[in-house]
Amino acid sequence: MRTFAKGLTGLLGFFLLWEITVQAGVLPDYWVPPASEVATTFVELLGDREFLLGVIATLLAWLIALGVAVGIGVPAGLLLGSVPALQSASRALIEFLRPIPAVALIPLVMVTIGSGPDAKITLAVYAAVWPILFNTIYAFGEIDPVLLDSARATGANRRQALTWVALPHAAPFIFTGVRVAASIALIAVISVEYIAASEIGLGRYILEGGMNNGHLDQVMAGTVLAGLAGWAINSALVGSGRRLFRWADTEERATR
Amino acid sequence: MSTTTAAANRGRVLGSAAVTWLVLAAALLLWELVAIGADSVYFPRMTDIIATGADVLLSGPAWRLMLGDAVFEIVLPSLATALGAWALSAALGVALGTALGRSSWAMDYCGTLISFLRSVPPVTLMPAFMVMFGIGVQMEIAAIVFSTLWPIVLNTVDGVRSVDQVKIDTARSLGTPRRYWIGMIVLPAAMPKIFAGLRLSLSIAILLMVVAEIVGGSGIGLRISTTQSTVQYTEMWFWVLLLGVLGYALNTALLAVERLVLGWQPARGDDA
Amino acid sequence: MSTMLEVSGLTHQYGQGERAHVAVQDLTFTIEAGQLACIVGPSGCGKSTLLRCISGLIPATGGSVRLHGDEVSGVPDDLAVVFQDYGRSLFPWLTVAKNVEFPLRWQKVSKAERQRRAAEVLESVGLAGVGKKYPWQLSGGMQQRVSIARALVSRPALLLMDEPFASVDAQTRGELEDLTRRVQRDLGSTILLVTHDIDESVYLADRVLVLSKSPAAIVADLAIDLPTERDQIATRESEQFVSLRGEVARLLQSPQVQRTGENAPAETPAATTGTDDTTASDATAASETTAPAEATGAALSDGADTAEAADAAGSPDPTAASRS
Repeated sequence: MRTFAKGLTGLLGFFLLWEITVQAGVLPDYWVPPASEVATTFVELLGDREFLLGVIATLLAWLIALGVAVGIGVPAGLLLGSVPALQSASRALIEFLRPIPAVALIPLVMVTIGSGPDAKITLAVYAAVWPILFNTIYAFGEIDPVLLDSARATGANRRQALTWVALPHAAPFIFTGVRVAASIALIAVISVEYIAASEIGLGRYILEGGMNNGHLDQVMAGTVLAGLAGWAINSALVGSGRRLFRWADTEERATR
Repeated sequence: MSTTTAAANRGRVLGSAAVTWLVLAAALLLWELVAIGADSVYFPRMTDIIATGADVLLSGPAWRLMLGDAVFEIVLPSLATALGAWALSAALGVALGTALGRSSWAMDYCGTLISFLRSVPPVTLMPAFMVMFGIGVQMEIAAIVFSTLWPIVLNTVDGVRSVDQVKIDTARSLGTPRRYWIGMIVLPAAMPKIFAGLRLSLSIAILLMVVAEIVGGSGIGLRISTTQSTVQYTEMWFWVLLLGVLGYALNTALLAVERLVLGWQPARGDDA
Repeated sequence: MSTMLEVSGLTHQYGQGERAHVAVQDLTFTIEAGQLACIVGPSGCGKSTLLRCISGLIPATGGSVRLHGDEVSGVPDDLAVVFQDYGRSLFPWLTVAKNVEFPLRWQKVSKAERQRRAAEVLESVGLAGVGKKYPWQLSGGMQQRVSIARALVSRPALLLMDEPFASVDAQTRGELEDLTRRVQRDLGSTILLVTHDIDESVYLADRVLVLSKSPAAIVADLAIDLPTERDQIATRESEQFVSLRGEVARLLQSPQVQRTGENAPAETPAATTGTDDTTASDATAASETTAPAEATGAALSDGADTAEAADAAGSPDPTAASRS
């Protein structure tokens, strides 16, 4: 708990530094409003029904997108990871598709799907599926053959060895992929809301703040909320990952 | 490594490269067939996309190797911004990460802050960046640096901390002077992790380049949004796919540099 | 012969107050120039702490270490260390030659001279021509040769070796032991080697210091008067070797080394290793308070498999003696 307190101290120190530099005029206040002003707006917003509905819409889209990404990424990764021929065949395609940023697809998605909730879900799925896919493939590539041989030596057949040895071995890696995907999906949903001007959502709210020049407090409050949400989700997943997979030490090795 | 295994490796690499291009060609062909079948304005034929791309990129005079204005006015400036900002971020990130990683307490206080900053969607900070730096290349650089910095910092901290006690004892017992410590021991040991961070942040740099250009109205990002609003879907597809090609090329180039710099590592699996 | 290393009243404790753990207590000994001395003691007895104190890697909490008369504070220039874990001790990002040249970088030695000396010392450890390779491309035994070469390249007055051959296979270990004796004689260097292996200590050393369990204290100082030319098979078969080995083994099993008198270890009682073989034993141990300890010692000294005996003696096993 002491580390938590220190982390909190650092976070508060950052906001304090922000406040002081703006108040002292080191940073001009038309650049960025002081932290206290943002905090006030932040608190006001938490009582604003419409804003909260927007946040809920964003989180719902995020949850659905993450679910779909897991539903696609894990089975695809299991398939590609356990069949080497498929993996080498698909590698090139994946390597070309992956660097295309989800944001670049926004115009495309807007003309085909529109700018409704399914648009942001589609794009978030696209952005989030890669880390899940890669970590799942990686988990299978990394498995120690001795482990599988030991399982086979105890009399397990190939299918049993896969279920009882390969899957538990892969689970922590896949979980790390899902954790990374969760952060990416949230950022993607909010970004699409912002760029595609969705009807509702946290990103839309920030966009409005940016459009009415001078409402930077609205922009910053929304952004801080987005950052806190992302951080909370990530911390929760890191914590539960540690609890679920005590025996594994994957954080080090898996892709961030 | 004996020559036979080297030759075998080369053979395997060539084999997998052949498979790569075959699969790619098959995918393009499939696209063409589906597009012919679908017959939709939103989903142009691959041959059309490639023709449009050739038109855009290769319309220049012969003395410029046929490279068109688009290359010099759109593609290269976009790339220069992304790579310049990424390089700046790398320098800052490695320096900051080394300082934080070497300190015994700094990460206790800054770790949470950094993971918070990393969770902030950089897109939503665009209004703030626009106010601070105006619309232009400075704003784009700021946005890219802000979003690529944290992965590099966190990976560098990890790497700097991975120097084991035996190496520290060895270096000390061999009389390594303090001022050479970071350059000779810490950074080489941290290099594999630093490269992992650099690779990750390179893909983020491309992403943010597009975002900043869509918002700020320049380069490839502008072309994507313009071609969409003017219903030139074929060219829009071309730009989107070009991003994939560029991302792939940059990642491959960075991997080559990494192989060169980290040549001392035992052969590693290809961790795409 | 002049005195190379003078350790007097050396004490080291980790932590403070109630949680303090005394690893080394009031240790005094000297090593003469040109000697190859082995320190042998049970695992976890504080041998590594002792070596780290002598090398100046950690400051001792009490007593002093003098290297040819100069008080050691910080790592002295003319001292080198070979660690057990060669895999982590060699810098993986440097080639073998660059690893060996490493300590010369900080001395006023020209680049050409550096390369010449590195090549020379690599040849003397039997590794001519591998300078351009990276450490991972070599076998474990070869890697440890590289770290020995690196330690020797700056011609240190004192070479410390911390369990240097504990992580290589038996065959390689023999080769490295002979190598160590050969370079020591060729270069006339002084070596202090720490090991838990009784056979190794007797085979290698001119002198064996027997350490007690933690906190480490010297319980015996034996001169090894085996001939200078030693042979892995013949020497180990010789009566003299066998009796010396038995003597060290018995010492290590003695209650004095096991420190049963002061603080009987409260660890879980392991299965008794000693049989009921009560062959008469002339254990050099001082106060023989317990019969089972004697029995264990005797059984061990009779053991045919020396490696096993060494392991049993070396493990921190609170067997028989403590429970009577």
